[in-house]
Amino acid sequence: MASKRKLATCSLAGCFGCHMSLLDLDERLFDLLELVEFDRSPFNDIKSIRGMVDIGLIEGGLCNAESVHVLHHFREHCRVLVSVGACALTGGIPSMRNHHSLKDCLEESYIRGIGVENPHVPDDPELPLLLDKVYPLHEVVRVDYYVPGCPPSADALWHVLTALIAGRDPRLPTSLLRFD
Amino acid sequence: MTHLLETAAHPSALRRVAIEPLTRVEGHGKVTILLDEQNRVHQARLHIVEFRGFEKFIQGRPYWEVPVLVQRLCGICPVSHHLAAGKAVDMLVGALTLTPTAEKLRRLMHLGQILQSHALHFFHLASPDLLFGFDSDPDRRNIFGVIGEHPDLAVRGVKLRKFGQEVIRHIAGKRIHGTACVPGGMNKALTAGERDELRRETAQVVRWSQDAVRTCRDLLEASAHAPTFGVFPSNFLSLIRKDGALDFYDGGLRARDARGGLIFDHVDYTHYNRYLREEVKSWSYMKFPFIISLGDEDGWYRVGPLARLNNCDLLDTVFAEHERQLFRQAANGGMQHATLTYHWARLIEMLHAAEGIERLLDDPDITGTDLVVKGERALEGVGVIEAPRGTLIHHYEVDENDVVVRAHLMVSTTHNNQAMNEAVRNVAARYLDGNRLTEGLLNHIEVALRAFDPCLSCATHALGRMPLRVELVDAEGRVIDRIVKGADGTFWPE
Repeated sequence: MASKRKLATCSLAGCFGCHMSLLDLDERLFDLLELVEFDRSPFNDIKSIRGMVDIGLIEGGLCNAESVHVLHHFREHCRVLVSVGACALTGGIPSMRNHHSLKDCLEESYIRGIGVENPHVPDDPELPLLLDKVYPLHEVVRVDYYVPGCPPSADALWHVLTALIAGRDPRLPTSLLRFD
Repeated sequence: MTHLLETAAHPSALRRVAIEPLTRVEGHGKVTILLDEQNRVHQARLHIVEFRGFEKFIQGRPYWEVPVLVQRLCGICPVSHHLAAGKAVDMLVGALTLTPTAEKLRRLMHLGQILQSHALHFFHLASPDLLFGFDSDPDRRNIFGVIGEHPDLAVRGVKLRKFGQEVIRHIAGKRIHGTACVPGGMNKALTAGERDELRRETAQVVRWSQDAVRTCRDLLEASAHAPTFGVFPSNFLSLIRKDGALDFYDGGLRARDARGGLIFDHVDYTHYNRYLREEVKSWSYMKFPFIISLGDEDGWYRVGPLARLNNCDLLDTVFAEHERQLFRQAANGGMQHATLTYHWARLIEMLHAAEGIERLLDDPDITGTDLVVKGERALEGVGVIEAPRGTLIHHYEVDENDVVVRAHLMVSTTHNNQAMNEAVRNVAARYLDGNRLTEGLLNHIEVALRAFDPCLSCATHALGRMPLRVELVDAEGRVIDRIVKGADGTFWPE
């Protein structure tokens, strides 16, 4: 039996909807497990990629230093890196904050907000450095493939994954190429 | 004793251990623990480390966009945010009572979501800890291990979740981030064909849900941990129907204390902010809500399946009500306080949702076509539902141009913030204190957190932190001056 491909996944500034779409493979999840072995993923307790993996899927854009760090680590350890979903491709809904000043946003939530007790902005060193804006992945590292959608359907993810596992260049047919 | 172990006296002298990222939970969080040389725990905290900014960037948008925008808070429970925002928007257009069909379609979609979310949480995320053991081999302690060693259970979990997702898709057009709510109603009727397609599956889904409750109960009974793991008293909050039944979609707010006494009951949820406030703490982006009459020290509470089953007087479906009675009997009629009973309560709710879906599909109104009502425009709207993870509050103010000028969201996981921190400290003190830390011991902390089914994406709607704070300190250590630099490069005095 040929050895399985290694797959790593993570969510940065996303909503986990793309990971849920992966679970929407339903019974095909069992088929997927015949083909791949999961390295780091929110579905297991591997907290950091252990070695080189064949395919990395990332949902979500970049919003803080931690997300940039994880992205670089994925790029260094994934032979093929795939940007999955609207937020990874464009920043998505979280990048709507790019139209506002950070100060304004902070004060809205932690000082001016309704029913706020002890108003102040959280500032503990445990909280990772915030980026000025939300960025898409390809502005920071090279990305090999892009799968649009909010989220991409399970069929689209299946199409991309099976192509990559077979060593083919994935091309989404028009019926699966959706941006909503 | 609320704040025991929350803040160490001399943190700089201690060793820091972090569990990061938290896994098999949804969203971004970490736990930090500060230990001395004897591995005594001095501080343990759950930090929410991400930010979004929904409350700000939703401002300036027309109100009808809101239900579609805010569901992007969370890909696991988008329907919850869609519905809570949808209810708030109903108020804005004066749609105080929906048509029977519109309300029942919303309820059906919501039950689909409760079913899929609860199935996902139990089978895909939490069951490996219960099946294999808290400190079992981490390479096997996940859904892939369950598929390998308990394939029948895994297949049922996958199919139960699939059914819930299909209920949502039939109503909202997509499984994740679909559209269904419009101001005053729904945008699409359910056809008889679509109804029949779902109805064919329900008997099986109800049966599997019954089995799942039994499996969970057996696992908890077999577990040496279950009765004593993460047990601590708290208050509880949830929506409640007029007759005291559990209701996921509508009702008044009820809060009970740790012994079951009522703190308030059948409160009009549009007045939520007369009863609840949120405290900011410097080390987490997630605020700490509390019941105003009890104060920030004692007023924290739990929400979600455990709170709902402790709070309600009945479930209005037969099989689930039977299970609820067993659940309450196990606590001798009192309140269940053990963290792991969250799982049991969650699966009873999954059964309740499965039965509720079947009942709604048999209701002739469900294929009706009268979908939208209108009324007198208002400038403020509040929508509250019971999301899978607990009480979810959306609150919007708009101006005469239909544009949102203010927004406030209190999401389920935020309500549980203090309780999750209590669980972390409780488990850290009992299992970690004085011991050499291993992966398995640290997983105990995550097991306690997972029981709450935290949705940390939902909880990160509030925006960010100050990246830099500069303090001028005199020789005695007194802070003389302090300025803050924002990530956009501007400075301002704190």
